[in-house]
Amino acid sequence: MMRLRALVMATLAVPALAGEIPLAERRSDTLTMSSELRAMQADDAANPASFSVLDGEALWRVRAGASGKSCADCHGDGAQSMRGVAARYPAFDSASGRVLDLEAKINQCRTERQGSAALPMESRDLLGLATYVGRQSRGLPIVSDDPRLAPAIDRGRALFTARQGQLNLSCAICHDDHWGRKLGAATVPQAHPTAYPLYRLEWQSVGSLQRRLRNCMVGMRAEPYPMGSDEFIAIETYLMSRGRGLAMETPGVRP
Amino acid sequence: MLRLILALGAVLLGMAGAGAQTLPPILNDAMPASLTGAPGDVARGRAIVANRQVGLCLLCHSGPFPEERFQGDLAPDLNGAADRYSQGQLRLRIVDPSRINAQTIMPAYYKTEGLNRVLGPFAGKTILNAEQVEDVVAFLMSLRGEKTP
Repeated sequence: MMRLRALVMATLAVPALAGEIPLAERRSDTLTMSSELRAMQADDAANPASFSVLDGEALWRVRAGASGKSCADCHGDGAQSMRGVAARYPAFDSASGRVLDLEAKINQCRTERQGSAALPMESRDLLGLATYVGRQSRGLPIVSDDPRLAPAIDRGRALFTARQGQLNLSCAICHDDHWGRKLGAATVPQAHPTAYPLYRLEWQSVGSLQRRLRNCMVGMRAEPYPMGSDEFIAIETYLMSRGRGLAMETPGVRP
Repeated sequence: MLRLILALGAVLLGMAGAGAQTLPPILNDAMPASLTGAPGDVARGRAIVANRQVGLCLLCHSGPFPEERFQGDLAPDLNGAADRYSQGQLRLRIVDPSRINAQTIMPAYYKTEGLNRVLGPFAGKTILNAEQVEDVVAFLMSLRGEKTP
């Protein structure tokens, strides 16, 4: 009986899961899109997320809160001062001892420097500012070299590989082990965070990486982490480490 | 009358997809006995397999569904399933494939324990109820020979 069971197990056993994609094989998910979508992303005049960049550029100069200061009053021309910044987020914040993603950092500036209210997650204003700042890193490689990020990266990796939801899947099962295959109509992407915030055709709007993570969790029939939570920021931090070296593409377009 | 009430109760429980009841015994890599004590319905099983909100099967598998575009390729083609497996083997592979391969990516369709962070509306519920599992088993048992979609 035991021998039969062992034989059955051995016959049916599949090779161990592939694990992280080798660094040399990691590439932007833009490359697996249709030529039409790639053209739409590449052309600022056709890219629907360009409106979000313009929103952010305008907001950059709008005074807000008790300080009466705008982003530009401290940071000057965003096209200069924000170059390469988004490629390094999420980043460790010494003041709070927390890791903050770009949206959390923008809201920290608003509440603590400008003396204004935090912008709601996924609001047009917050997405506009994040898209505008992200745009200033377009073409620059993702950098993830701060050792203080290690705990968040480890936690994010653990969450990425954890089975969850009624369907008992993990992020890694699709995006490490089966990228390039077909999940229904969709080509499974490697899932690199190169292009956020981005315009997603399925949303008909611009959205953040956290919104995308929430979509995937609901698809697995798993309870999503709260927006802005340390868990989501840990996953974002891990994904930036996993995608290190890839060129930023914000604002992206995705199906 | 009592028997009718009991039978009705069992049907309602099954329809809700509530927590899996006591399972029939597992023999080697198979669950030979029906979950409901009755055979399933091939046509209903086909509809469940094709439905992307109910069976979800075609997200990962392909099969003899010429009318269905965009079938997945993360998992084996369902064509010829009955040539490869017995009814009991197919049943266990739907009820809980992790009993055969702990690494499998296929969800357990009739299991509620051992899951994490299950989204509210699905908490404590199986993906399919017992009758639906039997319908899918009946449909898969009809897939003999290499039928081209």
